[in-house]
Amino acid sequence: MASTPTSTPTPKTNRIGLQVIEYRGGKTTLCAGCGHNAISERIIDAMYEMGVKPERVAKLSGIGCSSKSPAYFMSRSHSFNSVHGRMPSLATGAILANRDLMALGVSGDGDTASIGIGQFVHLMRRNLPIIYIIEDNGVYGLTKGQFSATADLGSKLKSGVINDLPPIDTCAMAIELGATFVGRSFSGDKKQLLSMLKAAIAHKGTVMLDVVSPCVTFNDHEGSTKSYKYMKDHEEPLHDINFVPSFEEINIEYDPGTTFDVTMHDGSRLRLHKLEEDYDPTNRIHAVKRLMEAHEKNEVLTGILYVNAQAPSFIDMLNITEEPLATLPESKVRPGREVLEQAMEELR
Amino acid sequence: MATTDVSLHEASGHQEQQRVTNDMSIQVATVNGSGSQSSNTVLLRSIFQMGVPVSGKNLFPSNIAGLPTWYTIRANKDGYIARKKEIDFLVAMNPETAQEDVKSLASGAVVVYDEPLNLSAIRNDLIFYSVPYDKLVAPVCPEAKLRKLVRNMIYVGVVAKLLNIETAEVEKAIRKQFASKAKAANLNLAAVQAGFDYASANLPKRDPYFVKRMDKTAGKIIIDGNSAAALGCMFAGVTVVSWYPITPSSSLPETLIEYMKEYRIQPDGKATFAIVQAEDELAAIGMVIGAGWAGARAMTATAGPGISLMAEYAGLAYYTEVPGVIWDIQRVGPSTGLPTRTSQGDILSTAFLSHGDTKHILLIPSSVEECYTMAGEAFDLAEQFQTLVFVMSDLDLGMNNWMSDPFKYPEKPLNRGKVLGREELDKLGGFSRYKDVDGDGIPYRTLPGTDHPAAAYFARGSGHNEKSQYSERPDDFERNMERINRKFETARSFVPRPEIVQTGKSKIGIIAYGTSHWAITEARDQLRKEYQVETDYLRLRAYPFTREVHNFIEQHDRVYVVEQNRDAQMLSLLKLDARPELVTRLLSVAHIHGLPLDARSVTDEIMTMEGK
Repeated sequence: MASTPTSTPTPKTNRIGLQVIEYRGGKTTLCAGCGHNAISERIIDAMYEMGVKPERVAKLSGIGCSSKSPAYFMSRSHSFNSVHGRMPSLATGAILANRDLMALGVSGDGDTASIGIGQFVHLMRRNLPIIYIIEDNGVYGLTKGQFSATADLGSKLKSGVINDLPPIDTCAMAIELGATFVGRSFSGDKKQLLSMLKAAIAHKGTVMLDVVSPCVTFNDHEGSTKSYKYMKDHEEPLHDINFVPSFEEINIEYDPGTTFDVTMHDGSRLRLHKLEEDYDPTNRIHAVKRLMEAHEKNEVLTGILYVNAQAPSFIDMLNITEEPLATLPESKVRPGREVLEQAMEELR
Repeated sequence: MATTDVSLHEASGHQEQQRVTNDMSIQVATVNGSGSQSSNTVLLRSIFQMGVPVSGKNLFPSNIAGLPTWYTIRANKDGYIARKKEIDFLVAMNPETAQEDVKSLASGAVVVYDEPLNLSAIRNDLIFYSVPYDKLVAPVCPEAKLRKLVRNMIYVGVVAKLLNIETAEVEKAIRKQFASKAKAANLNLAAVQAGFDYASANLPKRDPYFVKRMDKTAGKIIIDGNSAAALGCMFAGVTVVSWYPITPSSSLPETLIEYMKEYRIQPDGKATFAIVQAEDELAAIGMVIGAGWAGARAMTATAGPGISLMAEYAGLAYYTEVPGVIWDIQRVGPSTGLPTRTSQGDILSTAFLSHGDTKHILLIPSSVEECYTMAGEAFDLAEQFQTLVFVMSDLDLGMNNWMSDPFKYPEKPLNRGKVLGREELDKLGGFSRYKDVDGDGIPYRTLPGTDHPAAAYFARGSGHNEKSQYSERPDDFERNMERINRKFETARSFVPRPEIVQTGKSKIGIIAYGTSHWAITEARDQLRKEYQVETDYLRLRAYPFTREVHNFIEQHDRVYVVEQNRDAQMLSLLKLDARPELVTRLLSVAHIHGLPLDARSVTDEIMTMEGK
């Protein structure tokens, strides 16, 4: 019909005027169906929806399949794919150099819980502002399917080998060590993961997200505890997460009996609709206890396990000036002649 | 054989002819943790304040308290401040080592000892003075638990009296040492006085050694190399420091923290720096590289074991081209080795630190002044060449006190290297991270956070092309590695040039570096005066080697490469670089025993090799 408008619709943009395509990255080289690809998609959605400027983001990773994934999202962000298990220190240096950066660390279960456990532990202690994601599949993918330290007791490899060592629970560890936003999710749970990532972006301090992300090639079979099927059968969400960014109006009904409300540092609201009565995500002791119980019951507890929106970050503790250290002018980093004179006088 | 007393009687008769003024080494043997460091610093400062060139070297164990420690002060009117092989004047305070200390002295040496040790019975060719410290300390220090510390200040008084060190200077040195603690200063002054009075009343001068006022230290400062390095780093604009405690490097970041707190806090109370004690050296270098990538002037300080741990990350920095400064305060390896003794043993391993083809720029300071100036040069070179720069200090330089001319204020602005900002990117429309635009091998970089859609690149340790895209193509890999090598070649013209003393009449050359310099200066004089052997001298200050180094080897028939390690590590590097026909001219004089190099050992070994 002649009266039908023919102009193409204006592309959808976010609050800073960018299209979602501007948050995309290179074509993935991971296996089709890899959980990591789904996580990359959720990162793109979360950054887009939150209106984070890609140029502000620093993507950091170690070594492994997970650590390759920063190449597959947000090409307009600087990225550093470093050495195995040592991304935390790299991230620490980068954030100290430029406190305006939003650090997004992507690691794996091998990269974090085995070779990188030392740096992981100390990163958690410092409450450095960073979103640290473990793409957790319980195996080493790039070296073809050896167990990692997050593999559950009794889990079976494709070759039939049974894991007889207990797993490291990275979430319990992070809570104990001082991380201020700790969650567990599942790459297949789009809605939960997206809300969690958006809340993570609003958090000031260390966010540690352990995302179970099945390895379709080496750990998705019967007997694996990190398979799609196992997760569908054993996932126990603690709550439905509703994140309301600071730039949006709150228009959801609020029932104090069924909802837990957390105000984030930037004024945004985290609303947790309780599925499990009495779970208080601001209570560390409670969180760790509940995690231990879940292990006993073969449940994979997901949701925001612990949050403390008020703790000082590492940047606060170091009392660093507002302007990024990296680009301070010479006049601010080289003291004057009189300072050298004074120092020399003291040494005479 | 004459008894000691008779021979000394005779000696005192010829005292006028034998007087040895401002040329002696004093060794103080004590127990670690007994406060002797303060006493020794006071002695050193007193001599320094009298205008006499002086150096102090602490030989200490890897221990907090209880093991033997020796402190050697050398006063020398000609300005020789290397370790002197012979001890002229021993202060024996440690019962554990006293016998052996006395036995190792050359004939004619002086021993001041604690009376109950009864050392004069051991030998009859030395000059002995006995002091009853326990009897002297009680009246000046009523508090029993402080006596162990105050006791050591008594020998300062005895030595001051015997050597004629002016008491006013001793008092000044004590006031400086205990600047904020007047009570401690007074207590220590009383102890010095007790020692001085005892010596005046009971120890008639029987040895030839005297300290006499000169004017050779006017305006000079005393500082250790690590503190000098810290000052240099502060004035070089360092902003991110990450470190892990390890002897002998810890005092560098610790002093830096003190200076930064004093001078790098803005009027609003905020810091223009971040200093983090890392969980280990793996993390220390990781933070340096993260910060360097993000544009900060970042550094760490460590020693050999830390360097080993940093190997993997050093390769990443080399290949992704990230600036950073690493101080290696070398100590004796392999393994834990002698962690409190000095060496130049990390030269080879650091030059090629990491796997695959890697080469790093090394700067090698010889003096506290160079610790200060090379800090600035290291940061400039690191950012100019987008690579790690290692500053190869050592324990002798880093932890001992040295005299120096006061440091000069840096006149050159900071060189931040080839960094593209938003405006440049607008003009260029984009950039290729690893493209050799200028023909010097040095590419352009952008910093994370640069507000431009074309600013980002993906830094990766895996194979990459000019655009920093993942690539396993043989030609991409080779081209990139060749370019990085070109960068290293360019660096030859920018690193600190060697210092050369060319007499124009010698076919014998000496190449040395770092703290060996002080022994070489003296050894060359010994060779000339004692053997009439003239030598030329080149002091290396950096790797890669500059043109002057090759010329120097070419101009001499024999070139002795003197260094403080077993395997002739610098000579090995020179061999790799020198023309094949010149390699046979290089001869090794290498020592590794943990003690700072002395001139006599160098002189003797060169003369032996010269066949004389």
